[in-house]
Amino acid sequence: MSRNLLKVENLTMQFGGVVAVDNLSLEINEGEIVALIGPNGAGKTTAFNAITGVYEPTNGRVSFDGSVIVCNHPQGKMERTYKGELADLYKSERILNPTPDKITALGMARTFQNIRLWKSQTVFHNVLIAKHMLAKSNVFTATFRLNRREEEEQRREAMELLRLVGLDDVRDELATNLPYGRQRRLEIARALATKPKLLLLDEPAAGMNPQETIELADFVHEIREKMGLTVFMIEHHMDMVMKISDRIYVLDFGKLIAQGIPSEVQSNQRVIDAYLGVTEDA
Amino acid sequence: MKKKETVFVMGVLLAVLIGAIILDALLPSYHIAIKVVKKAVVYSLVAVSMNLLNGFTGLFSLGQAGFMLLGAYSYAVLCIPVAKRAGVYQQYNGGIVQFSLPEIFSGLLGDKIGTVFGMLVALLIGGILAAVFAYLIGLPVLRLKSDYLAIATLGFAEILRAFFQWRTLGPVTNGSNLLKNYPDFSGATGYIILGGALIAVIVLLVNSTYGRAFIAIRDDEIAAEAMGINLAHHKRLAFVISSFFAGVGGGMLAMYMGAVQALSFKSSMTYEILLIVVIGGIGSITGSILTSFLYIASVEWLLRGLDSGKFLGINAPAVFKNGFRMAIVSVIIMVVVLFFRKGIMGDKELPDLLRRRAKKGGSAQ
Repeated sequence: MSRNLLKVENLTMQFGGVVAVDNLSLEINEGEIVALIGPNGAGKTTAFNAITGVYEPTNGRVSFDGSVIVCNHPQGKMERTYKGELADLYKSERILNPTPDKITALGMARTFQNIRLWKSQTVFHNVLIAKHMLAKSNVFTATFRLNRREEEEQRREAMELLRLVGLDDVRDELATNLPYGRQRRLEIARALATKPKLLLLDEPAAGMNPQETIELADFVHEIREKMGLTVFMIEHHMDMVMKISDRIYVLDFGKLIAQGIPSEVQSNQRVIDAYLGVTEDA
Repeated sequence: MKKKETVFVMGVLLAVLIGAIILDALLPSYHIAIKVVKKAVVYSLVAVSMNLLNGFTGLFSLGQAGFMLLGAYSYAVLCIPVAKRAGVYQQYNGGIVQFSLPEIFSGLLGDKIGTVFGMLVALLIGGILAAVFAYLIGLPVLRLKSDYLAIATLGFAEILRAFFQWRTLGPVTNGSNLLKNYPDFSGATGYIILGGALIAVIVLLVNSTYGRAFIAIRDDEIAAEAMGINLAHHKRLAFVISSFFAGVGGGMLAMYMGAVQALSFKSSMTYEILLIVVIGGIGSITGSILTSFLYIASVEWLLRGLDSGKFLGINAPAVFKNGFRMAIVSVIIMVVVLFFRKGIMGDKELPDLLRRRAKKGGSAQ
């Protein structure tokens, strides 16, 4: 049994009166590829954002690599309007809401559903900039080029990553000039540049054709093997999910409705209902 | 290829330096051409510092005049010769600052070197003071975005200007009276060397890993943060560094003007610099420099005739009256903005454009 890497407990995310993620708990072990699926608007991306620090969760706790990184409970006005469960569970714990950069620094890197590359920059620079987080030089040593060794090291590593994802032939192109599928690959390369332990992919195959999707699935599998990564992804392409996931979590209306290995989830009646949209009174 | 470019850039810099030396040798220091070069160098420095913030980091700040004011006053207060202080601070019994850095250092290092060294130290202190203020202002203000940040920084600059005219501070700032009689570099060469060196530092910064992080914040803040770039820290860093150079630029402006008064650091000065940055191209350092020279040369010199009755040999005192020059400048600016939507240079630098030309010609590999 491999070690637990990410542990999400009772995560609830409420916006105004809407509970987008409701009491979500999940675990990801080292080396796994885990998928989070669910119909549109189920709260998958919201869950991602709450885990990576983009949002402050309303309630719940997230642990990474053995230590608590995010913890919150309903406070202030939310105390009265909170609609979720277990409002008192984390009352006594220290509130932790770090900014996304702190969470990335711990070893968790992500990609975005709507591609967010740095538009004015070349493919190479997009990866190189992501290396900034690991730079030890301060602003003086960097300005006066006293960090030459580190700079060269960064450039070499960035180039290696581009070769790994197969974008070394377009290193000097503007990132936005790449076709869609390659932009998604670049986003993955950029995330890998921060040397993460856990890679979070938000719909990596969105907008890809079946052929590209298969290639991407192989690619994700390959980098997992090569870099000893753990992967947590949101995906709609069931071929890809079923092909490479070790385990699957299914979310519907913010709630976890099923979990298990692909074959279990595939035959789960609640999952089928959620995707086909069975009405309550039918 | 890379080496060739470095040689080219070095060559251009050397040519500019030699040009300045020749200009100084041929013309008297009060000649308009020398004055234009001096002022344009100062404006280049401040415009590039503003570009670092507005163009490269994407923070829309309008506090530049405030930071220049800090630098200008630091320089003036620290450099007025002791013997002349009684005359300058007439209403305040000679003021309370009773030393002059150029005099102290000329006592230590010899007359000529000491004076210049003292002047440089005074400029540096002005820059540091501006940077410290930027740090403090930045703590609350940098949480704001776009227009709101602009309004907050503009407000800060205006408050600072009023504060410096306050009578209670008179023994240091001379209230709303002029500070004058401090030393200046005699020719344009000193300005070119100092301004060039400072701009070179900004260029190095922009091309370092920190400069790349600034650009990432400008392009997409959310992605930058997700890639581990601490937004608060990096924004503050850009703000402090930009203000440091604005402070030094303010000190140099005080040097150029010969007499300094808080009243001249109005928001219209910030707008003038913003104009240069926008017309030069937001995110282009060479654009800012080129535009500074073009703008200052035309406003201060080439279009002077439009105000004084005679322009390009046409004698028409009825039309070429006071104020006509600025009307023409406004029209020119409108035309430039209409034809160059992203400024003269866009976000490209001069070497980039030359490289593209070479590629089109088919000579580059």
